[in-house]
Amino acid sequence: MVMRMLGVFRTPRKINRSFTVSFLLFALLAVFGAFMALPLIYAVNNAFKPLDELFIFPPRFLVINPTLDNFFDLFALMGNSWVPLSRYIANTLFITIVGTAGHILLASAAAYPLAKYRFWGSGTLFSIVILSLMFSGHVTAIPNYMVMSWLGWINTHASIIVPSLAFPLGLFLMKQFMEQIPDALLEAAKIDGANEYRIYWSIVMPNVKPAWLTLMILQFPALWGTDGGNFIYSENLKTLHYALGQISAGGIARAGVGAAVALLLMIVPITLFIISQSSVMQTMATSGMKE
Amino acid sequence: MQAEVNRHAASSLIQTKKPSRLANVARELRKNKHYYLLMSPYMLIFFAFTVIPVVISLALSFFYFNMLEFPRFVGWQNYSRLFLGDDVFMIALKNTFMFAVVTGPVSYIACFLFAWIINELSPKVRAFMTLVFYAPSISGNVFFIWLIVFSGDSYGYLNGFLMKFGFILEPVQWLSNEQYILPIIIIVQLWLSLGTSFLAFIAGLQTIDRSLIEAGAVDGIKNRWQELWFITLPSMRPQLMFGAVMQITGSLAVADISIALAGFPSVNYAGHTIVTHLMDFGTIRFEMGYASAIATVLFCTMIGANKLTQKLLRKVGE
Repeated sequence: MVMRMLGVFRTPRKINRSFTVSFLLFALLAVFGAFMALPLIYAVNNAFKPLDELFIFPPRFLVINPTLDNFFDLFALMGNSWVPLSRYIANTLFITIVGTAGHILLASAAAYPLAKYRFWGSGTLFSIVILSLMFSGHVTAIPNYMVMSWLGWINTHASIIVPSLAFPLGLFLMKQFMEQIPDALLEAAKIDGANEYRIYWSIVMPNVKPAWLTLMILQFPALWGTDGGNFIYSENLKTLHYALGQISAGGIARAGVGAAVALLLMIVPITLFIISQSSVMQTMATSGMKE
Repeated sequence: MQAEVNRHAASSLIQTKKPSRLANVARELRKNKHYYLLMSPYMLIFFAFTVIPVVISLALSFFYFNMLEFPRFVGWQNYSRLFLGDDVFMIALKNTFMFAVVTGPVSYIACFLFAWIINELSPKVRAFMTLVFYAPSISGNVFFIWLIVFSGDSYGYLNGFLMKFGFILEPVQWLSNEQYILPIIIIVQLWLSLGTSFLAFIAGLQTIDRSLIEAGAVDGIKNRWQELWFITLPSMRPQLMFGAVMQITGSLAVADISIALAGFPSVNYAGHTIVTHLMDFGTIRFEMGYASAIATVLFCTMIGANKLTQKLLRKVGE
């Protein structure tokens, strides 16, 4: 009874909230948060472990004597392997940057007409895009391989980059976000004599910056983590993730270096997300699907 | 803008007498050519690598094709072989549905539940917890960490831990024992599954109108569960739809994790899924027609599961 009376005086945020249930729910959140975070904390710790600590029994979670040896070994390995590690890094960076920037550009160019105008075919095209969200890329893997080989793109970076440019989720989110841009803004630009391309580039694009970052955060990890799949077989075109696989396959001797590469691989997308989190949230608020 | 659209709609209604519909379409195309031009780069790639391949895949599933000889029409033979003659496919089908039935709903509910709890936190803590839950799904292929956790020797985390406390006496071969492979893949898949839909839910919860909740309290909503069912969930229906699509598609496409953890092929096909079966025939045996039949089954399963779930979700909060 007292609790209920107190409830009246609480701020609006606290309507319908009992302390016990809140406590239990937060405890649940903490437990699962730990489950989510532990492997990542472990990955960070592993990268700083000296070799003897990596193979200690019973295994220890945290590092006792942190060392940068693994990173130095990594640099040493970079210098004297057949294909230098810097090459894998350059390949991954090239694929990721071109793929992500191109995707944002193409998806937003396609999203603008779909978000703001109705014309012949617009509805159908957008429903096809929605439909394509409902199946994964595995479905098209076989014909994709054949299309690639007809185009002569097997064993080129284009085979990874070009298909990723038309990632449907990006178009969907971009279109949903663009719908918020007030029509009056576009009308005003049109009265001032701007053509459609100019409106897209100078009015729409600057207004959807949060969506750029969202598309980046979705596209970047996928490309950053690509191992070249079935398309790339030349060693000098392979990616960092592929190199990581090779280093890990080196077994015990390379365990430390493997942990260091793993840390480098995971730290980049996570950092990007930390930087862009609030923009991503803004975009995601418009992600809903109409029935 | 709206007025303009209406005017055009009206004018096209008036001119229905015009002889040819084709001429109308051509005029429409000309008028909107800028829009088509803007969309063309994306749509060209999208059609070349998504839409047309689906069609090719459907067609190819009725052929025998090994990339060397000219495709030979075999009718329903690929499908009859798949469903009647391929025991491994049956295992793959069973495993895929096991994954989907467990990870699909569990990850979906987890996405919502954690988003819902996180939403009650103060902004700073909220941003931090969002990061904690979202990080695994973007940290690339860090799931190989789980290989060390479930490693079969005594240096493996789980083995070391269990042996230290005396639960087991000698290391368990977690990833080569059929009994454990499926549950382990499910755990790791769940760990990775708080992705886009999780973010969409957090963002959606932020946009719920506070006045709705206050009005609800006046109308007799007494606790958070009633608020959840009568206010929160119905206002989030669009995000729920979007999240469902993401989770269902993801849970039916399990392959990378299975391959990374249990190997390819896994012991006695314990971690075999429709997608790994597809890879087997598509990239190793080069039976493209047969692989296309597998892809078509996968396609129909994914679309079917999505449509069914959308039907169910329309009932939320009614």
